[in-house]
Amino acid sequence: MTADHPRPPPRRRFFALGRNELKGLFWQVLVVGIAVGVIAFLWSNTVTNLSARRITTGFAFLGREAGMPIADSLLAYNPRDTYLWAFVVGIANTLRVAVIGIVLATVLGTLIGISRLSANWLLSRLAAVYVETLRDIPLLLQLLFWYVLMQALPAARAAWRPVEGVFLSNRGLILPAIPFGPPQLWVLGTAVLGLAVFYIIRRWLIAQQMRDGKPRPAWPFALGLIVAAPAAVSLVLGVSWTIEWPQLRGFNFVGGLTLAPEYFALLIALVTYTSAFIAEIVRSGIQSVPRGQWDAANALGLRRSFMLRQIILPQALRVIVPPMTSQYLNLTKNSSLAVAIGYQDVVSVANTTLNQTGQAIEAIALIMAVFLTISLSISFFMNWYNARIALVER
Amino acid sequence: MTAITDIPDAPRAARRPQTGNPVLRWLRKNLFSSIPNGILSIVLLAILAKGIYSFVQWGLANAVWLTPANDSSACRAVRGVGACWAIIPEKYRFILFGTYPFDEQWRPALAVLLFIALYYLSTRRALWRRELIYLWIGALALISVLMWGGVFGLSFVSQDRWGGLPVTLILATFGLAFGFPLGILVALGRRSKLPAIRSLSVLYVELIRGVPLVSLLFMASVMFPLFMPSGFNIDKLLRAQIAIILFAGAYLAEVIRGGLQAVPRGQYEAADALGLSYWRKHRLIVLPQAIRHVIPPLVNTFIAFFKDTSLVLIIGIFDLLTTAKTAIIDPAWQQFSVEVYIFVAAIYFVFCFAMSRYSRSLEAHTASR
Repeated sequence: MTADHPRPPPRRRFFALGRNELKGLFWQVLVVGIAVGVIAFLWSNTVTNLSARRITTGFAFLGREAGMPIADSLLAYNPRDTYLWAFVVGIANTLRVAVIGIVLATVLGTLIGISRLSANWLLSRLAAVYVETLRDIPLLLQLLFWYVLMQALPAARAAWRPVEGVFLSNRGLILPAIPFGPPQLWVLGTAVLGLAVFYIIRRWLIAQQMRDGKPRPAWPFALGLIVAAPAAVSLVLGVSWTIEWPQLRGFNFVGGLTLAPEYFALLIALVTYTSAFIAEIVRSGIQSVPRGQWDAANALGLRRSFMLRQIILPQALRVIVPPMTSQYLNLTKNSSLAVAIGYQDVVSVANTTLNQTGQAIEAIALIMAVFLTISLSISFFMNWYNARIALVER
Repeated sequence: MTAITDIPDAPRAARRPQTGNPVLRWLRKNLFSSIPNGILSIVLLAILAKGIYSFVQWGLANAVWLTPANDSSACRAVRGVGACWAIIPEKYRFILFGTYPFDEQWRPALAVLLFIALYYLSTRRALWRRELIYLWIGALALISVLMWGGVFGLSFVSQDRWGGLPVTLILATFGLAFGFPLGILVALGRRSKLPAIRSLSVLYVELIRGVPLVSLLFMASVMFPLFMPSGFNIDKLLRAQIAIILFAGAYLAEVIRGGLQAVPRGQYEAADALGLSYWRKHRLIVLPQAIRHVIPPLVNTFIAFFKDTSLVLIIGIFDLLTTAKTAIIDPAWQQFSVEVYIFVAAIYFVFCFAMSRYSRSLEAHTASR
């Protein structure tokens, strides 16, 4: 057979779409058309309504004086500051409750999740009751409940003292604190740097061990970099670490660290509620490790702590991390319930702004921007972590 | 904590002979299997005993159960040492039904019973047929008639007088009934091959899931009037309901998408080979299997919604939590909010616990097959 010229592939002309493609195109045009139409309709209504109410759109109002009080804030604030600064203060308040809440909820949830698997019948029953009760009652109700309890606490004069230097009263929780300034920050910075260097060294040590199989202890490096180096910096700079004990003066406390009742109630509610969900995640994660893995580790004669660290936990984490991410996101979003008890987080600030200025669209857009940023950062971090611990298949 | 050493799957060092009194054997196995475990048990028992003792003292022994109408003096006398359960008989009509006309409150009560019957019937596996959809439509229509009235000799009651438990159930149930079809459409959209539809669905789901429900509710209560032509306004309850439907739709879409992904490719291909159209393929072949796969997570999502409806408190809609909070504004009873919150928590708990038990039994059923 003579070698024919290879036939050129059929040229696709733009207008020669198949039946299915035409149908697809029709549906897309229809749906996009409806979406655009609805948005245009809402937009034109909004523009008309706003001009009727004499509200100018745009973010110019952020430069104006806010005039709203924010009682409890991490950053310095007074009502004469701008709306922009009020928002920043609100964001800081949201992050303050979310970050600490995530850490505490993880610790508490892990403890309870492990307790549910305990061979001690009483402990596992108590953990189960804790989980079932907290999961089946709305968070907002729990928050109001804690807040009412806070308000029912005795006045500052008659404050409860569970431990010396710790006061619990209707002014909130007052703890002894170490005054924190630039010198202390240097010491802390050294410790963080030490931790980073230690991490790199440890990876190198593990890589070495992978090559020749000889275990190399990492703890001397940990001691030197994380403990000794910051201690040396502290000594050289002469940093003082005296604890400031809170004292009752008149009707209130001086010194120490104060957690306002609103903040404290929100923190307790978020931590206890989320920990119930985290406990279930941790429990199912540990249970998902097949029995054979325990038996194999035992058969190799591994030490218990080594077995848990190197065999069980890495496998359990694979199951635990993805749902944990969504719990962290939930906790962060749930922190917006603060508005119900008057803790001024970003949603609460936005709500006040909205009532004062009528800039509804801008205020809601800011809330959305803040939460989308936080959500995306958490998912980004957790996805990175998840990819690191995920099973590497051959 | 000795807990991590006690994981049930971990092999035990020694097995004791099965002799002696069964009670003692049980105690030894479950509470005193080792010395640290024994210490832990004793400490826990002591804490538990103290907790139960103080709760019994407060909640039962020193509690006030009944007082003359609108007189809280007996309660004030035991304040701090005993509970004032008398606030519940005093206020329960308001907490359960809000400001619904007092003489007509049998109507919301009947509506609540209808809701419960509807939920119960929906859990029966034997009734998972097309007729269930008609049952839902019928029951929801009947509930609307009961609540609004205006026909069959029932007096008309406008939505701003509704309150309490029926409002919570309405927000949750209607949110689900409309959010579910919306979720199916969006889940299909997200898996569609058409780029415009897919990106619209992704945008919708991620936007809604990225922000707290509180901000959606604010949007519904503040921005909705701005969105509409001037003079056109709809009721606050309906606006919150729309926000909850949109919220539910996004979350349900993600659950249903998980189910769609679990349907084997062969099922799609077989449907295509039969020449079924897109909609018939999904309605007859794909969706029934997909939804069956995700029933337990769907029930968990329903539980989450049921609890989340309480957030309408923030925009001032009279659901169960708001009526409870309002009931204790009354100066005479102001100090007894803990009792009211416990009462309302018990109501929420009963609904959610029943659902979570049901979800667990479904999981067990699926696992056993």
